[in-house]
Amino acid sequence: MSAGTIAGAGTSHFQSRKTKQLIVKIVLTIVLIGLSVIILAPFWWMIATSLKSLKEIMQYPPTWIPSEWHWENYAYAWQKGHFARYTLNTLFLAGVGVCSHVLSNSFIAYGFAKIKFPGRGLLFSVMLSTMMIPSFCTLIPQYILFSKLGWVGTYLPLTVPGFFGSAFQIFLLRQFYMGIPNDLIEAAKIDGANHFYIWSRLMIPLARPAIIVVAIMTFQGAWNDFLGPLLYVSDESMFNLQLGLQTFKGTEAVQWHYLMAGSLMVLAPVIALFFFFQRYFIEGMNISAGTKG
Amino acid sequence: MAVSTSKNRKSLSLERKESIWGYVFVSPWIIGFLVFTLGPLLFSLYASFTNYDITSRMDWVGLQNYDTMFNHDALFWKSLQNTLFYVALNVPLTTIGSLLLAVALNQKIPGMRYFRTIFYLPSVLSGVAVFILWMMLLNPTSGLVNVALSWFGIEGPAWMVDPAWTKPAVILMKLWAVGGGMLLYLASLQGVPEQLYEAAEIDGAGALRKFWHITVPMITPVLFFELITHFISGFQIFQEGYVMAQDQNSPGSPMNSLLFYNLHMFLKAFRVYEMGYASAMAWFLFAIVMVLTAINMALSKFWVHYEGGDNR
Repeated sequence: MSAGTIAGAGTSHFQSRKTKQLIVKIVLTIVLIGLSVIILAPFWWMIATSLKSLKEIMQYPPTWIPSEWHWENYAYAWQKGHFARYTLNTLFLAGVGVCSHVLSNSFIAYGFAKIKFPGRGLLFSVMLSTMMIPSFCTLIPQYILFSKLGWVGTYLPLTVPGFFGSAFQIFLLRQFYMGIPNDLIEAAKIDGANHFYIWSRLMIPLARPAIIVVAIMTFQGAWNDFLGPLLYVSDESMFNLQLGLQTFKGTEAVQWHYLMAGSLMVLAPVIALFFFFQRYFIEGMNISAGTKG
Repeated sequence: MAVSTSKNRKSLSLERKESIWGYVFVSPWIIGFLVFTLGPLLFSLYASFTNYDITSRMDWVGLQNYDTMFNHDALFWKSLQNTLFYVALNVPLTTIGSLLLAVALNQKIPGMRYFRTIFYLPSVLSGVAVFILWMMLLNPTSGLVNVALSWFGIEGPAWMVDPAWTKPAVILMKLWAVGGGMLLYLASLQGVPEQLYEAAEIDGAGALRKFWHITVPMITPVLFFELITHFISGFQIFQEGYVMAQDQNSPGSPMNSLLFYNLHMFLKAFRVYEMGYASAMAWFLFAIVMVLTAINMALSKFWVHYEGGDNR
């Protein structure tokens, strides 16, 4: 088929096709707006409930906008749920987690990406396959190990393993390092730099986007960690926000206004993080998608 | 290869030096792997043949734990059934949902950026707060879900109160966060070369054929990866059963309908300290996951398409 025949036969066909495409787009936009409303409604419901009085929550049909705005629900939840203490604990755990993960995983990933040594391929595939081990399979013996070490009841089981790398993050950073040209490393070597210097001064700054992805991922993980603290922390003053919220849920039963206020306070930092660093959330996905392809 | 010996020696020692650097860099992972993964795994394999209770006893009991598991523990089968039900519904639904969403968002529509943000947002949230939110939304009388259903004249089920509806309720909650996978698919959809679509259009292919014969094959590697990770993580569902239980003092309630495999294992290990038995359960789970992954991998030869033809 030559170019001429397409152009000749195509004018009216092209027109109808364009209108068809337009209709498809309009329908699609309407569907997406509808879905967005469904996705966002729970958020609004949460905010509205957190500001209502218990009496108004029990009303039928329910109201979309609180008739009176009870901001004091937040103060009550904050105080009654000991959120100040739990926030500090969580921030501490997340802080240590982010530092340890960034440090260890960027370090280990550099070895896998840029240094040739015998057994590298084998070790790397072993590492990848550990991602498939269900975490519960190692959970019980790890607990036994930590209890024999006398670490149960301390933060050590929640913080120390972070310094030894985690497979997915090593994988992610390694993929990113692979995209950095080797010439750069060779040039630095000629200038007399060793690998430690190259990693700390050259690679970390270059891998900033991937490192931010790892930091966000780790922060999220630590912020939402429930099982770890549930197993290893028993003293209430050492609870993190997840455990604190679970306890709060037990004491407040069906006082939804307080529960929603508490839940919103726990979710708010993650939502804020998402809006600030949205680019990096997507970046992380792109690195993953690009490499799994 | 006949280079002067001195040069040869020098390059050899350089190579060795390079290797040492390599091992130094990966050593934290090697140590972590031995101490936190391989060691514990082997220990639990041994423990699964004992009556270990962490404090006093650790006697060899042979296959007794496995025998109890398969023949004398009704809750084991219940928990396995609950988990399989969840995986069998959740994996296909979230996969289809996020793929469709990604295809829709890959069109050139004004405001696409905002849609992407909105759909992705729920998937970054997790933990107890989200569970509490959904317990409220799924409240049989005042919850938003049943209120919305009543607008259409549908009388919604009792969700978290009715043992028959607790797992569908959890899956509904998971579908709210379907945007997480969407973003991964979107990234891979954007990597499909535009020329392929143009060529197909010239050949007169319609939207559906283009989707089925170009889009789907091009993104099968990501699809495959997502399926595997979803399967593995699906079998690990735990927290929902613990936190969203009707009675906070009895995880998995009502009527053990949310007693997932890992929850049962957790309760055996950390409530009654039957560590040996729990280890046996852990190894059985490990075996299930490995077999399913192997089947997935074997099947992937028939449908996963790698660009460039080398079956990586």
